[in-house]
Amino acid sequence: MPDTIATDNPFSDNERGTLLALVGAVIPASVERGVPGADDANIAADILATARPHHAAVARALNQIESTAAKRYDAAYPDLDAATRARIASELSRSRFAGVGTLVTIAVQCYYRDDRVMRSLGMAPRSPYPDGFEVPQGDWSLLEPVRKRGTIYREV
Amino acid sequence: MTDPVDVLIVGAGASGAAVAWSLAETRMRIVCLEQGDWMNPAEYPSSGRDWEARAFSDMSISPNRRKRETDYPVNDANSPISVANFNAVGGSTILYAGHFPRFHPSDFRVRTLDGVADDWPIDYGTLEPFYAENDRMMGVSGLAGDPAYPPKASVMPPVPLGRAGTAIAKGFNKLGWHWWPSDTAIATETYDGRDKCINLGACSSGCAQGAKASTDITYWPHAVRAGVEVRTRCRVREITTNGNGMASGVVYYDRDGAEHFQPAEVVIVACNGVGTPRLLLNSISGCFPSGVANSSGLVGKNLMFHPYASIQGVFDEPLDGYRGPGVCIWSQEFYETDRSRGFVRGYTYEINRGRGPVATALTGMFGGRIPFGEGHHEAYRQLFNRIAGMVGICEDLPEEHNTVTLDPELKDGHGIPAPKIDYTLSENSRRMLDHAVARATEVLTAAGAKDVITEAPIGVGGWHLMGTARMGTDPERSVVNEWGRAHDVKNLFIVDGSIFVTSAGVNPTRTIQALALYIADSMKKRLANLFD
Repeated sequence: MPDTIATDNPFSDNERGTLLALVGAVIPASVERGVPGADDANIAADILATARPHHAAVARALNQIESTAAKRYDAAYPDLDAATRARIASELSRSRFAGVGTLVTIAVQCYYRDDRVMRSLGMAPRSPYPDGFEVPQGDWSLLEPVRKRGTIYREV
Repeated sequence: MTDPVDVLIVGAGASGAAVAWSLAETRMRIVCLEQGDWMNPAEYPSSGRDWEARAFSDMSISPNRRKRETDYPVNDANSPISVANFNAVGGSTILYAGHFPRFHPSDFRVRTLDGVADDWPIDYGTLEPFYAENDRMMGVSGLAGDPAYPPKASVMPPVPLGRAGTAIAKGFNKLGWHWWPSDTAIATETYDGRDKCINLGACSSGCAQGAKASTDITYWPHAVRAGVEVRTRCRVREITTNGNGMASGVVYYDRDGAEHFQPAEVVIVACNGVGTPRLLLNSISGCFPSGVANSSGLVGKNLMFHPYASIQGVFDEPLDGYRGPGVCIWSQEFYETDRSRGFVRGYTYEINRGRGPVATALTGMFGGRIPFGEGHHEAYRQLFNRIAGMVGICEDLPEEHNTVTLDPELKDGHGIPAPKIDYTLSENSRRMLDHAVARATEVLTAAGAKDVITEAPIGVGGWHLMGTARMGTDPERSVVNEWGRAHDVKNLFIVDGSIFVTSAGVNPTRTIQALALYIADSMKKRLANLFD
């Protein structure tokens, strides 16, 4: 995961607070599954580092989220309950590659490469290369009916 | 000015590599100018934990998203399908999936057989030996005997069927429909210095293993050893012409932004179906006021993509998921024309093995199947490793209103006007997409899928760029002749997908390369009177 120190990060304390409130609501921790939420300290650090090059767009998205919370509930977004925060995030994410959608995409990218999350899915916490993966060859006798049917291309 | 060369190739991708390698045996001085870099496979995403994330950033298929220094922007706002490409030695073969079908005999005779578009000036038999030569150079894996094709050999055994292929093959069998192991440009055995596939599963972000046949590791090492010079970070601005109406060379910018003129006896353009018309249209002179080789007015017209439909099933049992090459098997049950379907021509199903953990989450969350917040983890686990399906690759017919022109405002990093895409999905394509979605849903249901996720057309799926400098015998209806030479400029050749007359319903790279080898062969046979 990227190394991040606080001074590297362009996000203000308020922006960070809104961002963590959002990602924690979108992907919450699960005791039953033994997985952290996306607002876990390590995952959040990864999200902040990954979002850094997109700071302007993400900051606009966070502002949009706060505006929505203020308009609808007269409250700061982090003060809303988790279900309401998740609902706002969902509604504003419909455009995947812009604004809130970008932020949610970054959160998902960082969450599903966390060691604990990968292990909970039965994955080895590693990159695909150099070890690769096993894929069964399968049963090529399944082709028999296709062979029996014969040629289907169009003669010219 | 630099020393003159015999042959100057613009672009080091699929076709530029093939034509360079073939011409190298002539011992002419051959230089290839490539705007990108040599890639370092050790830096490909599958070497890192962020392998899925990088498909959204520096290894995205979209130049507008990737924004590498080596990319040029494309204005595709007026198109439901956006352009995908990659600029490097190897070109878009760096990022392609390696799905590697040939055209069919019928694809070259669409006017005769179906009364649409135009016949090609060459036929399947003309290209067959060059398909075979290209198969050896790229290293094609597959299984001989596919009843959807005339007989053809395979170089290596097919990629594994796997759990996903097995499930979906059973679905096809229940319906009595065609399927077959895909021909792939993926080495399943060690081959020509390449290691065999180890199922990394991230083929479309570059193959760190070197099993996938991108031309930087297939043709280019052979061509360079044979004496071809590749100059990277060289972006060509225009093809220059002399008073005799012949190409005299090109003007390009080097990595430091310095402008150079490279004189050449022969110029070969290999920049793909968007980059090639862009270059031709940017090459304006007194002889060629509307762009070089454009007396027909057809440069940039007849742009064809392949409209893609994505149809993915959700299964109860775990399948291959993130493991293995994306390509697996194909079906050409609906390839040839049957007018009772409501459209002409047809499509190929390319069966996809599965997707990674991030793609699974994003598909589910933005598609409404995985909730934001409570219930996220339960819903996610219903999809993870349980999605498999297919894409329908629909034949796109040429229409003159689908164009590549020069954007009046957008420019690349060197100030060269960028391409602008204007494209409309035809009614024939729309019907074909609907048919592909409906029939694939039947297959997946027969295979046991409990839910089906569809998208048609795939908005980001402009992988195949064809038709914008079409081949033909009539100079008023085509840009190049039947062996790739520009009608208007007798020492200018085009060898990429822009010379396609029609698109067929298959991935084009194998045919692009066979055409490049065929054109190189035609040039070699005519060396004594090449400009007659």
